[in-house]
Order: sequence, then structure tokens, then C-alpha cells
Amino acid sequence: MTIRKLLALGVALGVFTATCPVQGATPESPAVPAVPAPATLKSLLAQLPDADFATKGDIVNGLVAEGSPAARNTLAAMLDGELYYRSSDRLVVSAGEADKLLTATDISTGKSIGAVAMSDLTSIGVNNQLRKVLRGALAGLDLANPDVAVRFAAVHEVMRTIDAESVAMLRARLGAEKDEAVRAQIIDALAINDLADADAAKRLAAIEELRGSLNSEVYNRLAPMVVVGKDGSFSEPDPAVRFAAQEALTTIGHWRTFYGVIETMFFGLSLGSVLMLAGIGLAITFGVMGVINMAHGELMMIGAYCVYVVQQLMPNNIGSSILVAIPVAFVIAGLVGVMIERGIVRYLYGRPLETLLATFGVSLILQQLVRDVFSPNNRPVETPSWMAGSLRFNDVLSLTYSRLYIVLFAAIVFVLLLLVLKRTRLGLHVRAVSQNRAMARAMGIKTDWVDALTFGLGSGIAGVAGVALSQLTNVGPNLGQNYIVDSFMVVVFGGVGSLWGTQISGLSLGVANKLLEPVAGAVLAKILVLVALILFIQRKPRGLFPQRGRAAEG
Amino acid sequence: MPQSTHFLPGLFRTDRPGIIFLALLLATTILVPLLHLVVPESSALHMSTYAVTLIGKYLTYAMLALAVDLVWGFCGILSLGHAAFFALGGYAMGMYLMRQIGTRGVYGDPILPDFMVFLNWKELPWFWHGFDMFWFAMLMVVLAPGILALVFGWFAFRSRVTGVYLSIITQAMTYALMLAFFRNDMGFGGNNGFTDFKDLLGFKLSSPNVRIALFITTGIALGIGYLLCRWIVSSRAGRVVTAIRDAESRTRFIGYRVESYKLWVFVFSAVLAGVAGALYVPQVGIINPGEFGPINSIEVVIWVAIGGRGTLYGAVAGAVIVNYAKTWFTTALPSAWLYLLGAMFVLTTLLLPTGVAGLLRARKAKERAA
Repeated sequence: MTIRKLLALGVALGVFTATCPVQGATPESPAVPAVPAPATLKSLLAQLPDADFATKGDIVNGLVAEGSPAARNTLAAMLDGELYYRSSDRLVVSAGEADKLLTATDISTGKSIGAVAMSDLTSIGVNNQLRKVLRGALAGLDLANPDVAVRFAAVHEVMRTIDAESVAMLRARLGAEKDEAVRAQIIDALAINDLADADAAKRLAAIEELRGSLNSEVYNRLAPMVVVGKDGSFSEPDPAVRFAAQEALTTIGHWRTFYGVIETMFFGLSLGSVLMLAGIGLAITFGVMGVINMAHGELMMIGAYCVYVVQQLMPNNIGSSILVAIPVAFVIAGLVGVMIERGIVRYLYGRPLETLLATFGVSLILQQLVRDVFSPNNRPVETPSWMAGSLRFNDVLSLTYSRLYIVLFAAIVFVLLLLVLKRTRLGLHVRAVSQNRAMARAMGIKTDWVDALTFGLGSGIAGVAGVALSQLTNVGPNLGQNYIVDSFMVVVFGGVGSLWGTQISGLSLGVANKLLEPVAGAVLAKILVLVALILFIQRKPRGLFPQRGRAAEG
Repeated sequence: MPQSTHFLPGLFRTDRPGIIFLALLLATTILVPLLHLVVPESSALHMSTYAVTLIGKYLTYAMLALAVDLVWGFCGILSLGHAAFFALGGYAMGMYLMRQIGTRGVYGDPILPDFMVFLNWKELPWFWHGFDMFWFAMLMVVLAPGILALVFGWFAFRSRVTGVYLSIITQAMTYALMLAFFRNDMGFGGNNGFTDFKDLLGFKLSSPNVRIALFITTGIALGIGYLLCRWIVSSRAGRVVTAIRDAESRTRFIGYRVESYKLWVFVFSAVLAGVAGALYVPQVGIINPGEFGPINSIEVVIWVAIGGRGTLYGAVAGAVIVNYAKTWFTTALPSAWLYLLGAMFVLTTLLLPTGVAGLLRARKAKERAA
């Protein structure tokens, strides 16, 4: 009941709704007899244009009580100064600039009403006091939101501007909150508040509480406590508290470094996965067949354009377009690969340098073809919504989903390829031909056929890599060129003919690149890696995992 | 071997096409300036400054092709990084030309080139010192590519990196250099490179006479370059180099130090490419990191392949033919050029492995047989 009384003080009705989470989101439910039935959104909005600041405060409280998403949007727009009413019919709208046009949205329905002229709109003004009320109201609403993520973000936001009012709100919320993460966050926020308490013991307890927290706000609050002022005094008078703060900061610092390293490793891993994807198709054509395919980059480009075309064909299903594009890209790039093999490469077996030149010619033709068919400019490729966002561990570490998926995707492709080569009949034939062509033929393997299929497989993988690249870089005619040197490096470093070598070299090159980047900058890091690779190849010309036995002499 | 003791007769005994080439080159070097200077502008035979510069540019490309043919055609090293040596020579020349601008730059700084003033640099980086002297710049034109080739080749050949592996790391080398030169911090003008040159040795670069002088110099340099290459390949050492191309292991087992032969041919070739680059820059009037692009190096290889590798004169012919085609197509049918270039790559390797020179030789042989 104490909570209810607090509520009656009326900072935010939202807090109340959250105390009974079962009915939570619907304040209109009959379980709220003590409070008069909330005014409708419409009537509240109708009052807005003529209200003075005092009335606006009441309207804000009314909107909080109403509690619908539209009411929340109204409050947010008001706080951002984007709330207007149309002079002609007093319709309350939010307006923002998009593509240099002022477009308005009917705030009660959320429907866009298109472009409007600034002169038709009158701003609904706010003053500082109202802003404070708004901020509190929004936080209160969000704290009671049924979505955990929204509540979490709300606590996070409140934490930065914590004051007596928000402390009361948080305390109230803490009693009702079921989610562990949100609870922990609230406790952190309350502890942060205690850091400024007059009582040293309380401050000490707060520091104790915050010791393991990775909240950036915690760090920001603790750091000034141990700084020596100009006159030699500390902003924190109590030495014991200062000592504890220093200790907590050191602990937090260690954790931050730790998570920073994990993040860098993850970045490196995702870059490495891209490199591996780009290289692994080459590892097959170059490693298994001894053929230098300079058009490999262009096959990746074809894969990326497949995504574009698929998205053009199914504009309403962007989410699944990527999944459709993967087999499409595999088949199309694979077919182009088979055509290259049948048309050119098969006449040049045993002459790797000539193959290099001929396939380079193919790459030029493919590039120009794409320029003529599509456009010389980059094509827009959309990222499906399920790939957006990030997986958040704490304030220091959050991993974007797109990178996570790339790593996962690369792993799947690698395993599938390994299975194809080790467990299928085709794989058996491929390995037989690469080890001893003449003997394989004597055993009745159609080497011509196997060559074409192997080349097709490598090219298809390049196409699939292109699908992944379409989510990371611009899809344009130069996409392939930008990756060709990298993918060759991956293959040569890993050791020609070794899929595991390609995997390890791709990942380690990615990680090395990302580890160097903070020290040297992106371009210099790349140069350093290239130079290191050149030197490495001088030491071990056959790469990390050289082929052994007779095949190595080829 | 008698060839090596009697230098000139040995040089020309088997090189009829070479003599024809030198004669043609001499004719071009004399005729083009004459057509430009003597023939009045109204005449159809008059050659514009643009045309003179264009042919001069082709001749520097021909020198680059010569350098690539020497290592690829005679030593079997397919370098996909020769444009790097060309560009280094060009940058060395460009640095000299930048220092000559003096106070005539946009910012009017007597010492610092414009881009450094723009980047707020206060003094000249150490590696820019000395480039105000012509002899020093010329030394660097030779040394910069030469030393890079020496270091790179020493590592690569000693550890027996051959074939496609070598091609790929040469490509990586030029790619790394391109990335490096694109950086502003490197002190080579970043993205924009060098341009807006004013004088060379005190003469105005824009004047037609200087253009003619540059053209004649290029012609002479190409002739000397050809003779030097010819001398190398027809010397005793050249025969070892050719043997390395055809059977590297066997040559090593016989007792030759394969690495040293390869290294010196590679270094000479790089220097030749560097000189070509140095002649290229004042005629074209610009040098930027794009010259390091891997595609440039591969293009040179196709010039050589089309002309006919392992013939030297074929490389020159290939460079001129392909670049003339490029000039013509990129103005007349821009989108068709890459198709054509791509088709050239494919068709020469598939159908014409010995290039135009091989075609001519085959016809000669047929006539003789008939």
C-alpha cells in the first residue's frame, strides 16, 4: 500500500500500472478504481494548442495516465520540440525533416500526412520546468513498459540525470521489477545516487555496491572522486571512501580492458570470417586444381548482385531475401564458374601464369558487363531487420548481430564444404584428381567432369561469399577488385590446398588486422599486415600448412 | 661464347627484327619532332603538341614493357608489380619537379610544396631533402626502384619463391605501396599525388620545345634500354637466365647461382621501369598513387603477351598497339574498351601464346620453307 500512496503523490501513474504487471499495460482496465477514468487521448490533444504551461503540465499527467503508445509519442515529440499543431484544423502533429522536406505525422494515429509548410504549423512550446516534468513522465512510462528492453533503457537513461524524484520512481519500480537485469540496473542507479550522499558510510556502501559494475555512468561518477583538485584537495573528503573508489575504479578498469580485448577479438573474427569466405573458394580452385582464378573477385561481385536482384524481385520480403539469395548466388556464380572452366581454363591446365592472365581478362569483361547491365554506380542492398541491432552484454561490450551472423555463416559454409570434400563421392573424386590426375583417370574417374564441378564449386562459394559481402560493403562493379589481393593472401598464407589452413589464416589475418588498427590506424594496419605476409611467404613459401608428399612438387 | 667477346656483331647477328625496330624508333624520334616543328600547323601532316606528348607517353610505356619482358620473357618471373617500380621512378622525378615550383605554388611557400602547407606541416620531411638538385633526383630515380627490387628480390629468390606465388606477392607489394602512398602522412601528396609542375632544369615544361626535347630523350632512352636488354640476353649471363626460365632446378644443379642471376635481372628491370616512370611524369604532368594499382601492372603484362614475350621488340610493339587502341577506344567507344581488353587477355593466352611477334616469325618460317 505504501507504493500506492507514493503513487497518489502522482509523479507518474505509469509506476502504478507496473505494480500490477498482469493488467500492467492497460491502465483502462477496471482494476484501477481509485483513479478517475483517464481522459481520452483525443480530448487531451484537443486542449494542447491553447494550454498555458500550467495546463500543459496537467495534460502531460493526463497523457501519462492514458498511457497508450500514441500518448508516449506525444510526450517524446513534445520534449524534442517537434510537436506542432496545424493552424487550419488544430490537428496535433509531430513534424521532422526528412530528405530536406518537413513531413508531419498525425500524432494520435501515427499516420504520416505528408509534407507540410512550416508556416502552416504552430509549435507547441515547452519551458524548462515542463521539460523536467516531461522527462520524468517519459521515464515513468518507460519504466512501466511491458517490454524488458524498454524498461532497461529507461533505467539507463534515468541513471544519467538522477535526482530525488527519479530515485523515488526507481525505488517504487524496484519492488515490482521481476527482470534480474533491470533490477541490477536499478540498484546501480540507486547506488550512483548514494555516491553523492552526505553520509560517508552510505557512500562507502554505494562504492561497494558498484564495484563490479561496468556501467559507463558508474565510471564517470567514480573517476572524479579520486581526482586531486588544483588546491591539492579532493572532491571526496573521506580518505576511506576515496581509497575504496580508487580500488573500484581499478577493478572496473581491468574489466573494461578485458571486454575491450574481447570486442577487438570479435571484430577481428568477423573480419577474418569475411576474409575466409572470400578465400575459401579460391582455396579450392587454386589449391585443389592449381588454377589461378583472377575472376574470383568478380564471382563474389556476381553473388552480391544476386542479392540486389532478389531484393528487387521480392521487395516485400526483405527479411527472407537474403536466405533466398544464398542458393541463387551459389548456382549463378557456380554456373559462370563452370562456363569459365569449360571455355578457357581447361585449355590452360599446367600453365598457371597463362590462366592468371586469361581469367584476369574474364574479370574485366564481367566488371564491364555489370556496369552496362546494372549501372556503374553502387546498387542499394537492404539489410533485413533481423540482422540489425546488437547483442548487448554490458555497457562496454555489445556485439552487432550482422557481424555475429557473418561469423556463424562463415562457419557453416566451412563445415559444409569440409563435409562435401570429405564425405561425398564428388569430394572423393576431387581429392583423387588433385592428388594424382593420371591415376584417378585410370581408376575411371571422369577428370574433365570433376575439374568442371570443382571449379563450379569454388565459384559457387565465391558467390555465397558475395552474399555476405553485400551486407558489409557497397555493391558495385569494383567490389571484386577490392577483395582479390586479400583473398589471394589468405590462400597463400594458409598454404595452398589446405582448407583448414585457409580457415586459420583468414581468421588470424582478420584478428591481426583489428589488433593493429587501434595502434596504427586502418590503412597502416593493412599495409603492415601485407608487408608481414610478404616477409612470411619469403620464409615459408608454401604457407602455414604446406602440402606434403608428391602433390607438393607439382 | 663468341657473342660475348665481339659485342656488336654478336648483338645483331640474330636480331634482324631488332634492327628494324631500332630503325623505326630512330625514324620516329627524328620525324615526330620534324613534323611538329617544321611542318606548318595548317598542313595535314602537322603534329600537334598533344600528339607528340601522346607518342612520348607510349614510348615510356614501351620501356616499361621492355622491363617486364626482360624478367618474364627471359627469366620466367611474372612480375605483377612492375608498375610499382615505374611509379617510384615517377615519384622521384615528381619530387624534383615539385621542389622546382618554389614560390609559384598556390600558397607561395619557397620550400614546402602546396600539399604540405595545406596539411600544416612546418618543415620539409627528411626524405624530401636533396630533391631540389637534379642529379640527386636522377640518382633516386635509379636507386628507389633499384633498392626496392634488390631487397624484395633478395628475400624472394633466396627463399625460392617462384611461379604464381611470386606473382601474387609482387602484386601484394604494389598494392601495399598504393595504400601507403594514398596516406597523407606519408608525405607524398596522398590521394592527389603531384601535379601542377612548372619547370624542368629551368625550362618551362609547358613550352613545345621542352616537350620535343623530352620526346627525343625518351626515344633515345628507349633505344639504349633496348640495346642494354639485348646485350644482357645475348650475353653469356643472359643464356644462363634463359636456362633458368626453361629449367630452373637443372640450372641450379649444374652449378649456377640461380638466385644471383635472377636478382640482378630483376633489379636491372626495375631500374629500367623506374627510368620509364621518370620520363613519363614530366610529359603527362601528373603522378598519383593510382599508378601503383595492381591492375596497371597486369595491363603491362598483357602488352608484352600481345606483342610476344621473350622478343623485346615484341613488348615494345605490344605496348604501342594496346595503348593506341586504348586511346582510340576510350574516346570513341568508352564502354567497349574493357570488353576488348578482357578479350585480348583471353584470346592472346588461348590462341596466340607467342603474340604478334610469334605470328610474324611463323609466317617467315613458312615462307622460307616454301
